[in-house]
Amino acid sequence: MSTEQSNPDSLIGASVRRVEDPPLLTGKGCYVDDVKLPGILHVAIHRSTHPHARILSVDTAEAAAMPGVECVLTGDDIGDLVLRTPMVAPGMNMPDHPILARGAVHAVGAPIAAVVAESAAAAQDAAASIQVTYDSLPVVTDAEAALEDGSPLAHEELDTNFCYSMKREGGDVDKAFAEADHICRLHMKSPRVVAMSMEARGVLAQPDPARNELTVWLSTQGPHRARADLANSLGFPENRIRVIAPDVGGGFGSKGCVYREDVLVCHLAQKLGRPVKWMATRNEDFLTTCQGRDQAMTSELALSKDGKMLGLKVRVVANLGAYLHSATAGPPQRMLVMAPGCYQLQDVRVEIVGAFTNTVPTGPYRGAGRPESVLNIERLADKAARDLGMDPLELRRKNYIQPDQFPYRTGVGVEYDSGDYEKSLSEALRLSDYDQMIRDRDEARQRGELVGVGISTFTEPSGGAGFESGAVRVERTGQITVLTGSSSHGQGHETVWAQVAADKLKVPMENVVVRHGDTTAVQQGTGTFGSRSAVMGGGALATAADRVIAKAKAIAGNLMEASPDDVVQTEGGFAVAGVPERNVNWRQVAGAAYAKGTPAGMDPGLNETAFFDPNREAWGFGAHVALVRIDPDTGELTIEKLVLVDDIGVVLNPMIVEAQVHGGLAQGLGEALCEHMVFDENGQPRTGTLMDYAVPRASTMPPVVVGETETPNPFNPLGVKGVGEAGTNGAPPAVANAVMDALSPLGIDHVDMPYTAPKLWRAIREAGKG
Amino acid sequence: MHPASFGYHAPRSLVEAFGLLREHGEDAKVLAGGHSLLPAMKLRLTQPEVLVDLRHVSGLSGIRVDGDTLVIGALTTHTEVSTAEAVRRSLPGLADTASVIGDLQVRNRGTMGGSVAHADPAADLPVTLTALDASFVLTSSEGERTVAADEFFVDFFTTALEPHEILTAIRIPLPPSPARTSYAKLPHPASGYVVVSAAAALSVDDAGACTAARVVLGGVAGTPHRATAAEAALTGQELTPEVMTAAAAQAADGIDPHADSYADEDYKRHMAVVYARRAIEAAAARA
Repeated sequence: MSTEQSNPDSLIGASVRRVEDPPLLTGKGCYVDDVKLPGILHVAIHRSTHPHARILSVDTAEAAAMPGVECVLTGDDIGDLVLRTPMVAPGMNMPDHPILARGAVHAVGAPIAAVVAESAAAAQDAAASIQVTYDSLPVVTDAEAALEDGSPLAHEELDTNFCYSMKREGGDVDKAFAEADHICRLHMKSPRVVAMSMEARGVLAQPDPARNELTVWLSTQGPHRARADLANSLGFPENRIRVIAPDVGGGFGSKGCVYREDVLVCHLAQKLGRPVKWMATRNEDFLTTCQGRDQAMTSELALSKDGKMLGLKVRVVANLGAYLHSATAGPPQRMLVMAPGCYQLQDVRVEIVGAFTNTVPTGPYRGAGRPESVLNIERLADKAARDLGMDPLELRRKNYIQPDQFPYRTGVGVEYDSGDYEKSLSEALRLSDYDQMIRDRDEARQRGELVGVGISTFTEPSGGAGFESGAVRVERTGQITVLTGSSSHGQGHETVWAQVAADKLKVPMENVVVRHGDTTAVQQGTGTFGSRSAVMGGGALATAADRVIAKAKAIAGNLMEASPDDVVQTEGGFAVAGVPERNVNWRQVAGAAYAKGTPAGMDPGLNETAFFDPNREAWGFGAHVALVRIDPDTGELTIEKLVLVDDIGVVLNPMIVEAQVHGGLAQGLGEALCEHMVFDENGQPRTGTLMDYAVPRASTMPPVVVGETETPNPFNPLGVKGVGEAGTNGAPPAVANAVMDALSPLGIDHVDMPYTAPKLWRAIREAGKG
Repeated sequence: MHPASFGYHAPRSLVEAFGLLREHGEDAKVLAGGHSLLPAMKLRLTQPEVLVDLRHVSGLSGIRVDGDTLVIGALTTHTEVSTAEAVRRSLPGLADTASVIGDLQVRNRGTMGGSVAHADPAADLPVTLTALDASFVLTSSEGERTVAADEFFVDFFTTALEPHEILTAIRIPLPPSPARTSYAKLPHPASGYVVVSAAAALSVDDAGACTAARVVLGGVAGTPHRATAAEAALTGQELTPEVMTAAAAQAADGIDPHADSYADEDYKRHMAVVYARRAIEAAAARA
């Protein structure tokens, strides 16, 4: 283990190498598809090739007769099994979400029939032989178009494409706009992107009919929530289901919900009394796994002529796709709390509307509404500065919430815990040599080159979304077991939680083992998403550790015949304050805890569980700066410099934090530069394979400078804020602003991401036509 | 996904392979490196009944000089082509082409013969081999014939190869030194295949005049496209920047590229000019 840390006494803040990596890097990981069970059956699914159609007939006769096929089922065979979704807003329209289509399909890829066979190949052969006849129906793919009068309906049975709306308003918005000198208007769309997990979705269910139990291996971000959702859909008791999330190869938000295939596989396993597995092909993952973004934003920012922000109106139209998953309605709601960004805005009106279309459902994807919100306010700030002829830095500084104003309640009624936006901005300007960069840009511009500088300063919520649990159990031999409800799918919990527990208990990290991802092993939990684990899982763990230490002190005092108040922690155990030779180690304390060594009136054992909910989100912040160059001949965009300064409170493991920033940045740049899930006007996906859909590569990554400032969060035990989404949230707006700065001499004031070469070339050419 | 089921043969000799091709006719596909065929089978875009795998047939790989011709065995991998000293010295444009195909894994397994016979309109090698005036040795139980690149590529994924024939070697005339050959490629950001590419092969006399020029575009048609107007504009001229720019400006004459989800026709036409210019300039700069 290599460590590098500023305070050598503390494991918190040390760049400890990930204990997860040796098995993963040597091919010893165990993902769902690696779980082998005797008698296993495989499922393949025949899916709709139509984006919207009535199903006239489904002919499964040939498939059923093929070698190795156990059975073939259609929607009518499995009856009323549906995916259940919570209602998040009054009057929300909720279309049927049958596990297999019944009567109609509403997106390409909707499941129509399932084949169960002795091998995956036999199942796929049989599924390919199923014949479906369709009666095509009109199609809508764009959310704004879907809300217009006379639009085709995504669902015939609903008389509208409207799903839900929510509104939040603070102050006196109309007055602010009436008094404004200038109103900056902007309409933009965030591109729909795909959550490209290395491991596609997969599920394996093993029934135990004799005991009436069901074990499910699921590639999921939250096994406990998945268990409850499966229980609800299957009508089978939650406490008889065991969900195991083995190694999970990425999720990025998309594996936070239960999908139709998960319910289907459990149902088939119970019906057939044998283990049943389904692994998505990459193509199926493209067509069925929740996608991200795809929001249209229409905004107005009211300003005084000297650049003071007076009021803000934002309307979001979110493309929900064809069906509602449990979190599909979630991401657009972020705008309700994030619209004002890091600016003093009290007069704010935000309205969000979700619309159905005949496309793949959307849902949380790294950032989950945060990137859209940051993009909106930061593009507005830049455009406002340009409208008013002001320096974009000056306009921002004029409107920042000041450090002495925290905790600060914004116009949408949210309290930011802490912040110092000028501090992170100054650091980003210093690291980017900003003034020199501006001079270089101006000289390049004199030569006719398209060079631009952009900044984005932002604040982002992390944590929240219910509770998280943590338990610290000191075993009889003094070894430490940590149980966490915040199941990891690549984030490094096994390392960081061991650091936290070892630091708290003052034991070597090697003495700590972290268990997660198994509903039988771990008390309840919520899971990992929304940059919440360090705040929520870390908070629960720290609280549980404190409770264990308190009890251990009492036991140690009992053993040393000292008052617990006189017992202090030492490396590896406890001692009487001021008398270091009177000491006991964890092994002795644990031995006593399980063998009648606890003080009178105290329960035996040394095992504490905490459920943590700070009832507020943690607001990290940062400043990102980008320098870009565009080749006017090809439209190719080069990011020549990118500086990211993120303030995430106390840093638990700097190496993992930097990796999270890099990973988030790569996905953010994917959205900014190349990723775009496109459906044609007939509802057919045009970018449904990795031959068409461009994920960022190592070569996409520009030179990056990552800096940091540290403003501890006062509202959780570790003083942390989330970081998993910082790069995704902050960097794309900086790039967008830099691109618009580069194109400003041509009179172009907005182009939507992604900034592909053909799109920028087209914009440049059309501006030239003037 | 799993491919549809298929039969598999790995003959030990060309004679045995020819027998299998006779027996199965159009139901058979010849398997070389498999880096185009197998992905297509896994997506079930193609479902051959039988694969005839050439892996155990000896004598089909390697690079040798035969008089004034470079002969490349059909099973020679892209990595072997891009790193071979004879290729790098005499045909740097070909080495450059082989070095930008797919990724390292593809280049280590994919073969020149496989790529040429597959005739993907978005592939790299057909473009450069056409510019180099290569010809292809097609062998069958009846003997062999040699077909020039200009005649070999017929349409999208269609060549002059008959079902009973196997492409066994590629023959490329060695240019006089210095070898003024080049390849410039705009790769698709997802697939890495050609959006638009250009290969140039120029001959220049001692006085600095271009005596012969072949400029070929990829990605703009079903087959490699000879930019004959650009070639004519270079021939007989001293290769000044103005001459090269003017020639490249004519590269898009007569092309009718298809739009795809990444780029529209206008962009591809413009890129044809940009990449033709880059290829011509790079070739001219070789010395």
